[in-house]
Amino acid sequence: MPILTCEKIKKSFGGTEVLKSISLEVEKGEILSIIGPSGSGKSTFLRCATGLERIDGGRIVYDGLVYADTKDGVPVYASKEEEKKIKALFGLVFQNFNLFPHFSVLENIMDAPVRVQKRDKNEVREEAEALLKKMGLTERKDAYPCELSGGQSQRVAIARALALNPQILFFDEPTSALDPELTGEVLKVIRSLSDLHIAMVIVTHEMAFAREISNEVIFMENGVIVEQGSPEKVFNSENERMKSFLGRYQEH
Amino acid sequence: MSILQIFQLLAEGMGVSIYIFVVTLLFSLPLGLLVSFGRMSKNPIVSGIFKIYISVMRGTPLMLQLMVVYFGPYYIFGIHVSNSYRIVAALIGFVINYAAYFAEIYRGGIQSMDRGQYEAAEVLGYSKSQTFFIIILPQVIKRILPPVTNEVITLVKDTSLAFTISVAEMFTTAKALASSQTSMMPFVAAAIFYYVFNFVVAYVMEFFEKKLSYYR
Repeated sequence: MPILTCEKIKKSFGGTEVLKSISLEVEKGEILSIIGPSGSGKSTFLRCATGLERIDGGRIVYDGLVYADTKDGVPVYASKEEEKKIKALFGLVFQNFNLFPHFSVLENIMDAPVRVQKRDKNEVREEAEALLKKMGLTERKDAYPCELSGGQSQRVAIARALALNPQILFFDEPTSALDPELTGEVLKVIRSLSDLHIAMVIVTHEMAFAREISNEVIFMENGVIVEQGSPEKVFNSENERMKSFLGRYQEH
Repeated sequence: MSILQIFQLLAEGMGVSIYIFVVTLLFSLPLGLLVSFGRMSKNPIVSGIFKIYISVMRGTPLMLQLMVVYFGPYYIFGIHVSNSYRIVAALIGFVINYAAYFAEIYRGGIQSMDRGQYEAAEVLGYSKSQTFFIIILPQVIKRILPPVTNEVITLVKDTSLAFTISVAEMFTTAKALASSQTSMMPFVAAAIFYYVFNFVVAYVMEFFEKKLSYYR
């Protein structure tokens, strides 16, 4: 069973259709990259999949649990209890981190597992420290977000999402707010997650990274999936729009 | 009459002033938060009601509001009030007035919060009330501390307005003493009292600001 199934997702903002019937599946442990020009609906898709935006139509299923469905043309969402279960399955890493500034690094990572999942504090602390070690941030555990570089902040945000043990992790342009020299350290961390066998959906403008890390790549434009398949297939596509998009990247 | 004697005579009134100050803050700070929720309600009727409430409280003199609360029960409903209602009326008047000002400060603080904070909390599974009390409110408090300090300092001086309904707070006593003694000294004592009071308030608020300066 796929961890995520999206069928015919539709979303409009004030009469502008941003997502025009997007369907895709993510298998357990799969790494999917979504590429495409700005305004193509990539981020909106992630926001719909994670419930930050409500869909106008379509169906979202996580691991067999229906998150949203459309009945008689009206979107219907899972009950509060179901939603809680479903939300425990996924995590989201934001473009601009959204760390909690009044919490230390360790508190940022530990608070949700302890408060939301009601897990044992000592156990969570051990896990959080292991995650920080993996992120290379052990010495920064008592720092506050305002004392961190962008790259460090994003690594903390990734650790925070991982601490809830999600089965699928979404990344919304995780390196777009970073200087080029900090991008590398974050991409390295994301790459290192592949051995955790968590499914990942990565919206990114880092073409080389997408090509190297993904099992599957989706190219979106104007709210539709234009090209989809293995990295080799998509990056060597004969599709005119795909070629012109990649051409623009190679120019700089 | 020495200034020390004057202070002794004013001591009871000072107690009343401090009492009004403390009770007003104790009730108007939480009430202000509720009023700000009402003001930000998505229901246009609810938000409209609170908008009018805030507008009236800020648009009319506190002195007048105190008189309405004190004399209102008799003139509007024909209810005879006892003498002990005086202080209660003063407290009600101060609380509903200050709640309106605090509500607008809270609203400014809450609306200035980045949407990303709510979204991060939502994705991490925090409930709505957890998001507000654990993630949002602590940050709002840090942001609104300077304007709240302003209001609190104004409140110290505003307690003197209770004299309009003859509450025996410090300023009422000082005025009576000044006319009976035909001396300016009670007013000097009053000025010292307010100044020292506000000096302490400013010091305490600065302490809180420093305590919260560990993050940006």
